[in-house]
Amino acid sequence: MRYVGLTTIGGNHITTIINVQNIQKSFKKQTVLKDVSLSVTEGTVYALLGANGSGKTTLLKIITGLLKQDAGITSIKNWDANKNARAMQQLFSYSAQASTVDDILTGFENLVLIAKLRHIQNPKQVANDLLTEFKLTDAANKRAAAYSGGMRRRLDLAMSLVGNPEIVFLDEPTTGLDPASRNDLWDSIRKLKKAGKTIFLTTQYLKEADLLADEIGFLRDGEIVETGTPAQMKRLAGPDKLQLSFKTETEQLQAASHLSGFDLQTVNDVTLTVKLPDTVQTVMTILTILQGAEIKPDSFQVTSPTLDDVFMQLTKGA
Amino acid sequence: MTYLSDTFALAGRLIKHNLRSVDTIITVVLMPIMMLLLMVYLFGSAMKIEGFSHADYVNYVLPGILLMTIATGSAYTALRIFTDKTSGMFDRFKSLLISKSAVMNGQAVASVIFLMISTLIVPAVGFLVGFRSDATLGEWALVILLLFGAALAITWITAPFALMMSSIDGASAFSYIILLFLFISSAFVPAAGMPKLIRGFAENQPMTHIIQAVRSLMNSQPIGDHGWIAAAWIIGITIVFAFLSSWMAKRV
Repeated sequence: MRYVGLTTIGGNHITTIINVQNIQKSFKKQTVLKDVSLSVTEGTVYALLGANGSGKTTLLKIITGLLKQDAGITSIKNWDANKNARAMQQLFSYSAQASTVDDILTGFENLVLIAKLRHIQNPKQVANDLLTEFKLTDAANKRAAAYSGGMRRRLDLAMSLVGNPEIVFLDEPTTGLDPASRNDLWDSIRKLKKAGKTIFLTTQYLKEADLLADEIGFLRDGEIVETGTPAQMKRLAGPDKLQLSFKTETEQLQAASHLSGFDLQTVNDVTLTVKLPDTVQTVMTILTILQGAEIKPDSFQVTSPTLDDVFMQLTKGA
Repeated sequence: MTYLSDTFALAGRLIKHNLRSVDTIITVVLMPIMMLLLMVYLFGSAMKIEGFSHADYVNYVLPGILLMTIATGSAYTALRIFTDKTSGMFDRFKSLLISKSAVMNGQAVASVIFLMISTLIVPAVGFLVGFRSDATLGEWALVILLLFGAALAITWITAPFALMMSSIDGASAFSYIILLFLFISSAFVPAAGMPKLIRGFAENQPMTHIIQAVRSLMNSQPIGDHGWIAAAWIIGITIVFAFLSSWMAKRV
């Protein structure tokens, strides 16, 4: 069965490529997914955020057909996963949480193996092309066991791209990587998006979701509790804040009394924060008031909420 | 055709694993050779077996050592299956558009090929320490067929345990049960001399029938009922455990 998944917004066709409806899954008596629904637009990056054990991997395995759900429907490019699992498998690749590369084989052999299993005409050529693309040519004939964490993940991603799948599922792709390797992998994911791929990733790194995702789904207690763009998600944590630091406690107290009409918070003896419902206008107003009262802040800084704040807020009740 | 190419691509990967693992080669090839030398030179002179002189003990014990090679090697089959299950390789393969049974069949093909290679090295060493055979080419062909069947059956019987266990030690420990079957059989001494209760088990368990059939064929003697009973055990175990393994592999 195929579902219709084409929507038109403002003259642009937006195609839903992954559709998940009311998924439920329990292991023995433990309910992992209560009622999960989400949709992913073609050519975008969707990040599924959630704390450890929130069910991210379980959901990913259900979408890719590796695990059967107890109830609900998943479809990829309008193919019903329950009825057309094999047709679906041509469209995507899946990379598990740990780098699923074969340590005993070389990088080249790993790629050739996947190319053979994808029944590609010239496996060796495909392997060499991907080794070049992922800057692994020098290590092509070394066993994967000798690769660094970053190289293993790059090889893992290269293996996911054998056969040029339309959708790439990545389960916590940068877990355990050093910052440089993480940046390299983020660049690779951005390139994939530029090439028109749809990427569905799970992550615990909020910065990763912020930098890469077009849309974020937040999974908690077996349900998607919030969904939206990174900017929309950050707004959930409240408005921007102005942080004012003074040289003395007296100056801080004077400032607080002049700004009593604002939503203030005292951080310490010399620092105040003010919530900004309208960032630019409110900052100008506050600085004008302080200038009129001849109080000169030692420093000031406008801070925006981060996904960390959202994460903390959303996991508070968990 | 794609089913076969998938199976052989996956088997090729595991054969590389075996050939690149010094530990596997030492355990699977050298240990049975050491056991053969130990049996022949240390215990051989003390063994009194009807129909075999002291010097011929190597002819008696060699089939048991061949089965021991297969049993020892099965620990590595379990290890490879368990590692693929826990490392995410199974998931990677299962997410591809390949025949789902190719994943386990690849394991079986690789295991049998490796076990047969290591098994065939043992008679060569046996020949150096006095093993002689009057067997015809046809009898040798039947010996190879029986050993192939034993390797296949032991591989499949190992697979469900490797899939079921939650630790690597548990997965490979199953080979000790197979080795136990080997020791409580006619592999090293005739079952006739065993205590009554043990003898009843030893005379009727599959290892004894396979070993007796191989021994009779190698020594160009009539195999009696051992041949068809051994074949029935091998076919039965292979069918039951191959289905069980494939069923379980789809669920892990």
